[in-house]
Amino acid sequence: MSVTVRLQHQLPGFALDVEFEAPAGVTVLFGRSGAGKTTIVNAVAGLIRPHAGRIVCDGTVLFDSGAGVCVPSARRRVGYVFQDARLFPHMTVRQNLLYGRWFAPRGSDAAPLDRIVEMLGIGHLLTRRPAGLSGGETQRVAIGRALLSDPQIILADEPLAALDDARKAEILPYFERLRDEVAVPILYVSHAAAEVARLATTVITLEAGRVIRQGAAAEVLGDPGATPLGVRAAGAMIEAVVGAHHADGLSSLRAEGAVLLLPRVPQPEGSPLRVWIAAQDVMLATQEPQGISALNVLPVTVQALRQGDGPGVMVQLGFGKARLLARITRRSAMAMQLIPGAQIFAVLKAVSVAPDAIGDGHTPTAGTSRAP
Amino acid sequence: MTDWLGPEEWRAVALSLKVAFWATVLSLPLALWVAHVLARRDFPGKQVLNGLVHLPLILPPVVTGYLLLRAFGTQGPVGALLDRVGMPVAFHWTGAALAAAVMAFPLMVRAIRLSIEAVDPRLEAAAATLGASRAWIFVTITLPMALPGIIAGAILAFAKAMGEFGATITFVSNIPGQTQTVPSAIYAFLQVPGGEASAWRLVIVSICVAMGALILSEWLARRAAHRLRGA
Repeated sequence: MSVTVRLQHQLPGFALDVEFEAPAGVTVLFGRSGAGKTTIVNAVAGLIRPHAGRIVCDGTVLFDSGAGVCVPSARRRVGYVFQDARLFPHMTVRQNLLYGRWFAPRGSDAAPLDRIVEMLGIGHLLTRRPAGLSGGETQRVAIGRALLSDPQIILADEPLAALDDARKAEILPYFERLRDEVAVPILYVSHAAAEVARLATTVITLEAGRVIRQGAAAEVLGDPGATPLGVRAAGAMIEAVVGAHHADGLSSLRAEGAVLLLPRVPQPEGSPLRVWIAAQDVMLATQEPQGISALNVLPVTVQALRQGDGPGVMVQLGFGKARLLARITRRSAMAMQLIPGAQIFAVLKAVSVAPDAIGDGHTPTAGTSRAP
Repeated sequence: MTDWLGPEEWRAVALSLKVAFWATVLSLPLALWVAHVLARRDFPGKQVLNGLVHLPLILPPVVTGYLLLRAFGTQGPVGALLDRVGMPVAFHWTGAALAAAVMAFPLMVRAIRLSIEAVDPRLEAAAATLGASRAWIFVTITLPMALPGIIAGAILAFAKAMGEFGATITFVSNIPGQTQTVPSAIYAFLQVPGGEASAWRLVIVSICVAMGALILSEWLARRAAHRLRGA
């Protein structure tokens, strides 16, 4: 199952012109506000009609300007989770959840209500009305409503953006479960790097209506040339496995033969994890530093350097197949004589990795069932 | 009540209630459709439709009544046809209902249109992504959310229909028991010596009906709005 999108659309100020394929798993459209992310998702949902292009979902043509095809929204079978939830205020939570079920084709194999309700932990809310729900509860009901309409693709337009950090931490795991348990592709709009690192199978970075990079999450995030939110928000994603939990509140993670010490993670030993490491938090040294407080000193190879307009340089580092980004000054890069191929050390403070930058790792083999 | 009102006055009140009821009930579906089209669709000729709907509000009622007479009178094209199928409207209470419906229509459409425009189109878009067709979106989202305004519009139209005079008297005349509604009866009573008392009683009835309609619509709209807000 996959979605292919090619579209051109004129927006105020710039032209949207993109082409990409979203395979199974979570494909994140990543970029600044106003880069055209929401427009793409709305075009897939049929809420706007692009000037030109072609959208194909799992072999079904949803839109083709050349052939004059434009399937109406109601028959596209998308499950759309909006940023502002958009629950129907005059219906109970149960009625909201079952709204899409009414219109799903007969004999469709959507997951039963009980299962979705249990997965999202909203059983106690069923008789309530949306006005009485908290932000996190509202968004969980919105996710359930989208899933219960038996969608062929799930669209999520910054579903966490309106929530505070605690609520984000509450909802993000549900999307991680969806990624691993639902076979339909998920197109997810975000402008938060840590969120992307935790969720994305595929990342498509957008700048002013154009695709800058597309590919596997670790690869695109670790690319020093693709920093759609600017260098300050850049960072790389490492896939690791929980090694051991220690009595002093730390956990050790194994990644590509190296060991990372981080504040204790809740996942049990042996579980796969994703860790997002901000480029600003990584320090570089040409010799292995002694007597420093930072717990993580990794031998790495310089892969690439990218000079920006300012005083900074983005350095891509590799150990095994993993990629790290470090943002240092040009002056330091020159003093250290950094060139691709140089063997150096990356230094990372354990406490600089925030809990919300660590999420469940992707286990693609689990994503075989149709329904969540 | 029947003792207090004379038989002629009572007939006028009963007829007015009947006329206003049918005028409101039968024009409501059309008003819903027109209001929805005006609120949510863009098409060439929208301003023309809007103008046509509002025409009875602006035209002198006697002009509207005369046009109705030309179209629906026994000699008129539509009137002759209705006469043949056994549904006469000229000088008949059904004609009074038609005149009242036409005159009340702009008020009803206005109130409903405003309430439909107040429904968040993003909710309708959400319903579309969940598989609801336009018709289902209207029935399950737009209509219930616009309900307070629809109730207000219907009751406003009912009150207007109760009080319609100019178009009614021009179109279907002033026949006691057939087309003599409360305003026509008041007018008739004022033309004859000693009719003043009857006229006063009908004036009081008119005020009571109008106040009752306003209070009822407020109460219903508030209840509907409360239900919408949830909790």
